[in-house]
Amino acid sequence: MSIIENFDLFAPRLIDKKEYFCPGHRACQGCGEALAIRLMCKALGPDTVIANATGCMEVIASFYPTTAWELPWIHLAFENAAAVGSGVEAGLKALRRKGRIPDRDVKTVAIAGDGGTMDIGMQALSGAMERGHDMLFVCFDNEAYMNTGIQRSSGTPMGAATTTSPAGKVIQGQQTWKKNVAEIMVAHNVPYVATASPSYPFDFMNKVKKARKVKGPSYIHCLSVCPTGWRSASEETIKLGRLAVETGMFPLYEVEDGKYKITIEVDELRPIEDYLKRQGRFRHLTPEQTEKIQARVSQEYNKLLDKVHGLHSWSDLEFEWGLFE
Amino acid sequence: MAKQVGMEVGIAAAEAVGLCNIDMAAVYPITPQSHIAEHLSDIVADGRIDAEFVTVESEHTSISCVSGASATGARVYTATSSQGLMYMHEILPIVSAMRLPVVMANANRAISGPINIWNDHSDIMPQRDAGWIVFFAENGQEVVDMTIQSFKIAEDDDVMLPICLNMDGFQLTHTVELIEFPDQKEVNKFLPVRKPFATLHPDHPISMGTLGMPEIYAESRKSQDEALINSKKTIFKVWDEWEKMFGRRYKPVETYLAEDAEILLLTMGSMGETAEIAIDELRKKGMRVGLVKLRLWRPFPFEELKAVVKKAKSLIVTDRAVSFGGPGGPVFAEVKSALYNEKERPLVYNSIIGLGGRDVTVKDFMKLIEDAAKAGKKGIIKDYEYYGVRG
Repeated sequence: MSIIENFDLFAPRLIDKKEYFCPGHRACQGCGEALAIRLMCKALGPDTVIANATGCMEVIASFYPTTAWELPWIHLAFENAAAVGSGVEAGLKALRRKGRIPDRDVKTVAIAGDGGTMDIGMQALSGAMERGHDMLFVCFDNEAYMNTGIQRSSGTPMGAATTTSPAGKVIQGQQTWKKNVAEIMVAHNVPYVATASPSYPFDFMNKVKKARKVKGPSYIHCLSVCPTGWRSASEETIKLGRLAVETGMFPLYEVEDGKYKITIEVDELRPIEDYLKRQGRFRHLTPEQTEKIQARVSQEYNKLLDKVHGLHSWSDLEFEWGLFE
Repeated sequence: MAKQVGMEVGIAAAEAVGLCNIDMAAVYPITPQSHIAEHLSDIVADGRIDAEFVTVESEHTSISCVSGASATGARVYTATSSQGLMYMHEILPIVSAMRLPVVMANANRAISGPINIWNDHSDIMPQRDAGWIVFFAENGQEVVDMTIQSFKIAEDDDVMLPICLNMDGFQLTHTVELIEFPDQKEVNKFLPVRKPFATLHPDHPISMGTLGMPEIYAESRKSQDEALINSKKTIFKVWDEWEKMFGRRYKPVETYLAEDAEILLLTMGSMGETAEIAIDELRKKGMRVGLVKLRLWRPFPFEELKAVVKKAKSLIVTDRAVSFGGPGGPVFAEVKSALYNEKERPLVYNSIIGLGGRDVTVKDFMKLIEDAAKAGKKGIIKDYEYYGVRG
């Protein structure tokens, strides 16, 4: 039996064989985001509506008159995926209640890149999460404005060179620490928040399935390796995603009803250098700069462990989402 | 049976929406729209209508949110004003390009700066080319009637465009007027449940809002322009139907004593009723003056306007917005360009008036017309002037 035949035999037991994000789109070779979206769609299944922010995924997958989307899909602008998704959710809810569409659970999922989530889309995201729409928001974070040519965002890690945070003679790369949006979502008391990576496909898909089941808002922050923007080899996408987790740069965890849990355990964190040295965007870093980043990564990881060990689930308090409905 | 009640126009606008069996509304409060938002939330909270009422965190989100809901096939409503409309600006042309029926009230208010909450038309004018159908209401009755008509027009398969219904902030929204409300059963007959052309639903997955390359973008813009121009047919059809059911006639260009007039005044919105009194007064003095009122701003009613002004000697266009460094106010620029190639046409004057809530009285209109008549006799034509403005 060939490998493909093996895949045909075993894969259906593990994963939906149907493609909802179809081949033929124009993503770069080794695009971690396109892979993540493909997996996300398989985990979501057909009863899903996608609200997409402007960005790589909209550009590569919706060249009129073609589309890579087998799911109902809508795109309006850059900063309003959460707002459009809110409307889709409200519309479907009203129409279902009034008997105008079939009486079944259709999940609204809003997706955006790091710019469309953390920068220009932050207000719409915060509003949607605060209002408690039955909607999953997934941020595909490739750590810069890749679609417009690798400009820095608030998701760009410290030290990374981008076209607007270049490695100059005086100022070298990004001068700020990455914004932690997952924590901001936890602060909204969203019942399910998780970080994820397509390098851990089953972990990612399980999280998407969990989020789909939440009756209310949920948020997944997915690290999406971008070979074009990270100046990395396209065949290293999966490896880089794993190194991000193994070094503690991007730990994979979930926060369910306020309770933290690390979903991919790492016995001993590898030095961040293992992750940084494979990417051209960090090429210019001095050992001292790397050390500073290492200190911050270790500190953040310890903070996360404190939460994992210290915080309890609010489901112990018999808290119900939508108490006043 | 239709009933007449005394009601604040903002409240009446919300009551009219309540008659329309909407499925969803998203609003963000802004003066002087806020009474519409508040009263609509009352109607939903009291269970008088079955709709999702989404209290969004900004106008950018309110327009995005109703667009998302409209794409699912829901009947949607929003309302805004001034800076709120300016904040929506980015999304407005996307809504029309995606052919999403949305009905939006705009309580006309000046834009900053200086910050000013009172009435003029400077908020809607920068949205002129957003591809929306744009109406101006003159009084509370028109607000109620045109709100109901707007859903029917916007959702028609031959139209599928968003509509902005303008009502002057405070002058209309906060004024109590005697308004006749149509009966719920009659509204249901006039405006059945929305039957959407295409919807976002897994049973028939479609992609909405795709990328248009240079090979397709221009065709897309042209077809949208044609759609807006063609919407006139449906607008007129719906107005005919309205007249048959409710007895009130709507036209894109209204006139008052215009047929034999030598001098015509042109207004949009609530000033029209004040101007009518001024016309009466001047007629008593023996002046052959008349009034033209634009109700339909987009698509612009070229033919209808030309027909009513062609015999006049002069036409004074009032503008409640400034086009800085431009040819005059935006209404004046449109009207003048509409008449430029006509053989029979009046001289066109422009008066910028009533900015930022500056009161415009009957006497002001009389003086405006008399001054223009004198200037006309002397052969003085200025591009435009600010009426009664110091400095």
